Amino acid sequence: MAGLATSLGAGAATNSLAQMPDIDTIFLFGSNPTEAHPIVSLYLKKALKKGAKLIVGDPRKTWMAKRADVWLNLKPGSNIAMMNGLAHVILKNGWENKSFIGQRTEGFEEFKVQAAKYDLNKVVKLTGVKKEDIIEAARLYADAGKAMIVYGLGVTEHQTGTENAMAMSNLALLCGHIGRPSTGIMALRGQNNVQGASDLGPLPATLPGYQSVTSEAVRKKFGDAWNVEISSQIGKKSVEMLEEACHGKFKGIFILGEDPAQTDPNVHEVRKALKSLDFLVVQDIFHTETTKFADVILPGASFAEKDGTFTNGERRVQRIRKAVEPVAGMAEWQVICKLANYMGYPMNYNHPSEVMDEIASLVPIYGGISYDRLENETLQWPCPTKDHPGTTTMYTDIFARPGGLAKFMVLDHKGPGEVASKDFPLTLVTGRIREHYNNGSMTRRVPGIMELVPEELVEINPADAKKLNISNGDMVNISSVRGKIKARAKVTNRSQAGNVFMTFHFEDALTNILTSEHKDPITGTPEYKACAVKIEK
Amino acid sequence: MSDNTINIKMNGVAVQCGLEDTILTASKKAGIRIPTLCHDDRLEPYGGCRLCIVEVNGGMRPLPACTTPVAEGMEIRTETEDVRKIRKSVIALLLSNHPNDCMRCESTGDCTLQDLSYEYEVDGSQYEGEKCELPVRDDNPFITFEPTKCILCGRCVRICNEVVMAGTIDFNGRGFDTIPDTAFGKPRSLDNCEFCGQCVSTCPTGALTDKKARGKGRAHEMKKVRTTCSYCGTGCNFDLNVKDGEVVKVTSAYDAPVNHGNLCVKGRYGYDFIHSDERITTPLIKKGNKYIEATWDEALEYCARRFSDIIKKHGKETVGGFSSSRCSNEENFLLSKFVRTVFKTNNVDNCARV
Ligand code: SF4
Ligand code: SF4
Ligand code: SF4
Repeated sequence: MAGLATSLGAGAATNSLAQMPDIDTIFLFGSNPTEAHPIVSLYLKKALKKGAKLIVGDPRKTWMAKRADVWLNLKPGSNIAMMNGLAHVILKNGWENKSFIGQRTEGFEEFKVQAAKYDLNKVVKLTGVKKEDIIEAARLYADAGKAMIVYGLGVTEHQTGTENAMAMSNLALLCGHIGRPSTGIMALRGQNNVQGASDLGPLPATLPGYQSVTSEAVRKKFGDAWNVEISSQIGKKSVEMLEEACHGKFKGIFILGEDPAQTDPNVHEVRKALKSLDFLVVQDIFHTETTKFADVILPGASFAEKDGTFTNGERRVQRIRKAVEPVAGMAEWQVICKLANYMGYPMNYNHPSEVMDEIASLVPIYGGISYDRLENETLQWPCPTKDHPGTTTMYTDIFARPGGLAKFMVLDHKGPGEVASKDFPLTLVTGRIREHYNNGSMTRRVPGIMELVPEELVEINPADAKKLNISNGDMVNISSVRGKIKARAKVTNRSQAGNVFMTFHFEDALTNILTSEHKDPITGTPEYKACAVKIEK
Repeated sequence: MSDNTINIKMNGVAVQCGLEDTILTASKKAGIRIPTLCHDDRLEPYGGCRLCIVEVNGGMRPLPACTTPVAEGMEIRTETEDVRKIRKSVIALLLSNHPNDCMRCESTGDCTLQDLSYEYEVDGSQYEGEKCELPVRDDNPFITFEPTKCILCGRCVRICNEVVMAGTIDFNGRGFDTIPDTAFGKPRSLDNCEFCGQCVSTCPTGALTDKKARGKGRAHEMKKVRTTCSYCGTGCNFDLNVKDGEVVKVTSAYDAPVNHGNLCVKGRYGYDFIHSDERITTPLIKKGNKYIEATWDEALEYCARRFSDIIKKHGKETVGGFSSSRCSNEENFLLSKFVRTVFKTNNVDNCARV
């Protein structure tokens, strides 16, 4: 979400989901909501029934792509070229929103020069999309009264992920499609609490609430509240900790509820790093690939076993409530406190609501949130004070950047970190399916779901399948420079010729053995969406 | 008074409503209950069951509340003698070919037809009807369909087509044999169904039920705990249904701000992992190549000692923490605080930023 933060001020979706049915033009980019976000898709379907126009940017022929007014079936990794191309068309035809640009943005002149370089011939070549389609998409988006960009992991899970998000902001700013109801940019995230986890601070450069560790005032505020001196040295990103571990320079990690040994692309390196640590503690509800490397495994509590809050993709802070006792007697919040006490730092709370009160006192965007209020109200941050109703539409008058203006960013097409080659002629796009979730540790333990989707499938276009003499249901080997796995083939038009699709929900077909080590240099988000592979029977 | 307000009277009480209101939506604003069977707020008004009929301005014919828009000056009466009589006969007709088998029905206590029969004092004896004898269909992992209990309200068909747009079910067959069914009566499978269970959530009778929860307890035995889904970032709310310390079912929260009672297959049916026997139930400490069970105190004391030793020997910049987008806000905050106050570094990150 660093992309939106740079352009607009906050790394979060600009509107609320409930506004979606009133959209005039939906620009759905790199997201397959009928599979990955089914309930969001219901809102979009409602908009479509009310006559909304639909532009879909996706290399796969998804449910939405089939119903789109314009389907931009762009090559994986060509998002920036696509966005610059659309901006080019809009500027050439004078469709931009001049008053919005003048009053609420900065950096437009530089952006204009950059967009001018992306003429259609160039963009057609880079993206593989037809000229007419690009023009029609630009017109539909620019013309709309209420236009919403909805993007998913197909945008962020690239080495240019942050820039991709900035490129979408550019487009919205160009047309002034931001800061009004049903008009803005919605990012659909993968994990349930990725928004809350970003908001509340397990990040190396910021304290909770995106407050920089380099600011003395911020450090003092937290230091006073926590009765310690906060280090002014920016911490290491997870990637950096792991890299240093491989070289024996990083020694001990506490991993709370994550499974990098399965879900990180380039799992080889991660495993090597975990093996090299002196001491690894992993807390999780199930044994995972990662717990295999742990010196101490601590049992976690599921969401049904504890009180707390999650913040969803539209900034809505919502309660989870304890329905049954934690299987091992303690929930994570209690364990962290206890460990802190053992290490000499007193950390004591009677209930997670007290943690929320502390959050409210230190994190301005959560300032007005409390468990009491959440009993009767539903709140989207920013909610700075106890009488603030929360914010459904952001940036109605100013942007959250210094000076209150949004910023156009100058961006260049870079392409994916790895492209198809003679030896590895196909591009692997990874993603999610509706029935399973992430490393599958939860959904694989739901018998009914396993009955429906028992194993990994590699989706391959009929034309490619024919060339390779593969039929539906064949077991095939999929390999990249980094490794090889087996999976059953599913021959389907959903994959474009030249692309194949897999998930990473199954332990026995570890898709991430194949995926590349390229990461977004700004956020460290891995490039799950494009790597070169070959398939053999 | 603005142009957009319409003033009506309902059971003698003045009610202000908007242009888009129907008599039914206006009644909800006024806190007056009008019974319905074929209506669900998630669906377009249908006007099929005739239960919501009300008297308007003493007119000749009663009108369906769900499809009649309000008009200035309307005087509406929702519980007149005549209206009650019509409702009674509607219910009696439905019961005439209903199995009337409430004592062992999965939906007892959670069935609108049952509630209305009670409220309007109707039993199945008024009309002699032919009973439908189609077999129970549960040839899929999640959804049981008992055609004999179906009152053809069409809610399942409409929610599947109007809201989910999956097109899985439609009214098949003719006349007496009409049922909401899949094309060619094929079992529900991923080829034709999303297993979102929206159809189950809207069914006002025991015709559609959650297969996994059958026999696991009645509505009144369940402790319902409102919570937020732990799968994706949409943030759907639902109620965990708990009986004897076990989550046995998920039911819809119709007033949920994000999802209004709708869920996907993971949220509605993906709860088995909670009570999986593969859960880690006790702290484990690695000794040699084996993991030895430990108490919380032993394990945490050991962790504290090892981390402290590393910090002493190699410095605080060699330790850190990864947190998870799966954990709660409070846990993320605490881990962030832990690393800063206990390890005294900023080496804390969210390892999967997806
Ligand atoms: S589960 Fe969902 S998709 Fe399947 S029939 Fe019911 S409403 Fe339709
Ligand atoms: S199955 Fe239930 S929802 Fe569907 S038509 Fe019959 S009674 Fe109505
Ligand atoms: S029910 Fe489905 S769509 Fe809703 S939050 Fe859960 S996983 Fe996401």
